[in-house]
Formats: sequence, C-alpha cells, structure tokens
Amino acid sequence: MINYEKILTDKIQQIPPSGIRKFFDVAATMKDVISLGVGEPDFVTPWAIREAGIYSLEKGRTYYTANAGLLELREEICNYTGRKYGVEYDARTEALVTVGGSEAIDLMIRCVINSGDEVLVPEPSFVCYKPCTYMAGGVPVPIETKEEDNFRLLPEQLREHITDKTKLLILPFPNNPTGGVMSRKDLEAIAEVLRGTDIMVLSDEIYGELRYDSEGHTPFSAIDGMRERTVVVNGFSKTFAMTGWRLGYALGPAPIIKAMTKLHQYGIMSSPTTSQFAAIEALRSCDKDVENMCREYNYRRRYIVDGFRSMGLSCFEPLGAFYVFPCIKSLGMTSEEFAEKLLQEEKVAVVPGNAFGESGEGFIRCSYAYSVENIEEALTRIARFVERYKK
Amino acid sequence: MTNDILDILEKSDKHLSNEQIAQMIGSTEDEVAKIIKGLEKSNTIVGYKTMINWEKTDKELVTSIIELKISPQRGEGFDKVAEKIYKYSQVKSLFLMSGSYDLCVIIEGQSMKDVALFVASKLAPMDNVLSTATSFVLKKYKEDGMVFYNNEEDSRQVITL
Repeated sequence: MINYEKILTDKIQQIPPSGIRKFFDVAATMKDVISLGVGEPDFVTPWAIREAGIYSLEKGRTYYTANAGLLELREEICNYTGRKYGVEYDARTEALVTVGGSEAIDLMIRCVINSGDEVLVPEPSFVCYKPCTYMAGGVPVPIETKEEDNFRLLPEQLREHITDKTKLLILPFPNNPTGGVMSRKDLEAIAEVLRGTDIMVLSDEIYGELRYDSEGHTPFSAIDGMRERTVVVNGFSKTFAMTGWRLGYALGPAPIIKAMTKLHQYGIMSSPTTSQFAAIEALRSCDKDVENMCREYNYRRRYIVDGFRSMGLSCFEPLGAFYVFPCIKSLGMTSEEFAEKLLQEEKVAVVPGNAFGESGEGFIRCSYAYSVENIEEALTRIARFVERYKK
Repeated sequence: MTNDILDILEKSDKHLSNEQIAQMIGSTEDEVAKIIKGLEKSNTIVGYKTMINWEKTDKELVTSIIELKISPQRGEGFDKVAEKIYKYSQVKSLFLMSGSYDLCVIIEGQSMKDVALFVASKLAPMDNVLSTATSFVLKKYKEDGMVFYNNEEDSRQVITL
C-alpha cells in the first residue's frame, strides 16, 4: 500500500486545503440555483474575436508559436499598453504571453522567490498568491485592507510589514473580491515607500479595463521609477470576455521576462495558438465592445450596490472589477454560515468572503456579471433572507 | 444621463421601473420620470413595443420587403409619397434608401396573396411609383437586435473564484 502522504511533497501538503470546498461542491450540484458566484463575464466573446479564432483554425494554424507568444500578438499587446496608458514595452524582450493571467503570476513568483523570502499579499484578494508563494518556498505575509479605507493598500500599512526578507509586493487592483481600486495618487504613495528598496512588485491588473470612475486605471509601471521593479500581469479573460480561451500576459523588465519565458517554455511550451490569433483581433478592433460591456457592468454595479444598501447592509461602493462585497456582520453569522443558509433556504449562491483571506470574514462576494433580471431575483431572495435573520 | 436612460430602455428585455433605472444610473426616481416624460414628449422615445415570434403561435403572418422606385415630386421630394404609403396599417416599416431603389417598404399580411394584392392594388398604381419588387421573408433569425432562436442557457459554473 502506497502512503501517498509520503509521496506528495511537503510543499503541496503544506498548502492549506480550501475550507469552503465543501460548500462549493454542494452549490455546484444544486438545481435551480440563482448564482451570483462566478468570476467571469456573462457576455460571450465578441463575435469578431471568435471568428478570428475560427479563421485561424480554417487556415490550419495549429502549430506551436514562439515560446513567448506570437510576435505579432506581443506587438499588439505593447501597442495597446502604449496607446491606452502611455507605458512603452519592447515586444521582443519585455512581453510574455501566458496561459491566463494566473500562469503569469505563478511564473513571476517562482522566478523571484527564494526559500524564506517574504511576499506581501494585500487581502482580501484572489486566491492564488499564497499557494504560489508556498510552492516557491516563500512566506506569504498578508496585509489586511479595510472597508473604511475603501479596501486600498495604505503606505503606512506597507511600511509596517516590510522586513529585510521582503522580496515581493503583490498589488491586486482593481481587486477581486472587493472591487477596490488604487488611484494614481494612492499608487504614488506606495511607490514612495518602495523607492530605494529592492522590493519587486507583481501588479495583477487583470480587471484594469473595468473601472467605473472617471480617473480610470493606471498601471503601476506608469508611476515614476516603478517600471524597473514591476511585472504587470494582464489578460484577455475579463476585458474581452475570453475566460475559456486561457490567455494572459506579463510585461516587465527584460531579465525577469527572460527568466519567466524560460520557465514557461519548459512547463507550457507556448500558449494556445488559436487563442493567440483571436487575441490579436481583440486588441485591434474591440475597444468599442469593451466600452459597451463596461457601461453595462456599470449599470448593474449601481443597481446591486443600491439593492444591498436598501436591505440595511453596509456595502462599499466598488469602482472596479465586477464584484460587490457587502458586509454581513450585522446578522451575527460567519460568511460561511450566511452563504450556506442562503443557498439552502433561498437557493442563491454567493461566495463567502473568507475564501479570499481571513480578512474577508464578515463579507460575501457577489458578482454582477449577470443580467439585470437575474440580479433582481437574487436581490429579492437575499432581502427576504436578511429580513428573516436581522437582529 | 439621458443617453444612459435611452441605452437601458432600448436594451432591456423586460420592463424596468423608473426606480430601477434610477438605481442603475445613480439618479432619483423623480428625475428619471421627468427625463422619460420629456423624451416621450419630444418623440425621442417613439413608443414601447413587445417583440413576438409569431411563428410560435397559430397566427398566420407573412412578412415581405418591397423595393419601390419612385419619381420624386417637385418641392416635396419623397416625403409626400412616403406619407401616402406609411398611412396604410399593413406597412410595418418604411425607409428611404440610397442605392438602386428609393423606398423600402416592409409589409405584414395574412398570406402571400394578401400581400401581393396590396402591392398590386395599392402601391403599384400610385402616381410616382415607377416599379415594385416584392420579396417574402422565409425565416426571421434576428430582428431589432433580438435573436429569435436562442435557447442558450448560462453554462457557467455556479461558483468560480
């Protein structure tokens, strides 16, 4: 009899199993559930993009591409970043096309983290930073962002958590699950703390195009002096509704991108070719589609925030991504209790906030990547539920 | 704000209340009601309609597109002729076109014969109508942005992070 605990590495066993896995499994098998639980757009990929993918298949473009991705695509990515944000990157040496943004995150962490290095992770945030850090032998150091600070990372918080072992700061903004964003001014303040240190930054900007304030998104690398220490991770999933195509990218200093490409080459070889051809079309001709989707999300965002507030719950106004993060502490339940009861009693699926780090306890994540009718029905049921348990 | 309201009204599948629209654009119910009233008054909002796929009912309905060539009237252009045509209740839509013909008339009737008779007895004999070409619609796939045969359900997972 093989003892698999001895077979599996210490590191993989060290990764804590997701405590809410059971809840997810129940939710997945329940029938007639109204869900506000997904982390992906409800739009289908714009037809022009799908058509470009189909065309590439018709043409028989079914080969591997260059390890770093089609040069044509990398050039389009750099053009896009230059045209939108005024940050210039060299397509040949400073761009890497990955399998989703998450691969880029994993690569970056593995390329810069030695055993014992500390990685600062603002939380609540997406779930992959900590496990990737563990696997690289690093030590994740969570920094709790707070509702009263609009879920921003404050410079003094950053300063407090920096030690001589700090190697990397994750900047997950616009944020999943809170919808919090960092303005240019906020980023400047973070940059001020980092200046003069060797701390690198992984700026996960996958929701960068989905901003609802007039200021819009600023890549961290656009801040004076930050380009040399920053790898910007972005992708096509959220912006162009292309989650299933699995395509993301990293932009950063040439030596880091070179190392990441090396790892990518051995692990992946090259990102899916069909997706890469489709992505070229996305960057070239779909600004209007993105604008329309963004406008639509914005309507729903206001609608759902209003809905939660009128139930008497405190609900931070998110300015990015497509999530709201209402606080349910007033009901005297944990996030998981709330989510489980809501699922059983009203058949509405939401994600307990503690899935995104301990500091998410007391909150739930609701996605508004759903039709208004769907949101309306979900809100009606949640309101009934909240009314029942209100103290 | 006005454009947002129009955008929402045009795209929404169901009737949204003024309160809901107000929430969606960050305004008040009264303000939205006032703007909509103004838009109705100025005929910017021309009307409210329900899209129906009549093929799913037992009602017989034939749609046809008729291309008309017209000799425009002095001082009136095409407008006078157009008015004479759109006043018929059978005429569902009427457009002035660029290209090889002048007016595009969309007609609904109970049968092909019904439509043909209308063309022969009403449209063709009109002064200024030089010629007509009638085509019948065999199947509607999409109209006014709505796809008629779309049963795709949300196939996303219930929860993804």
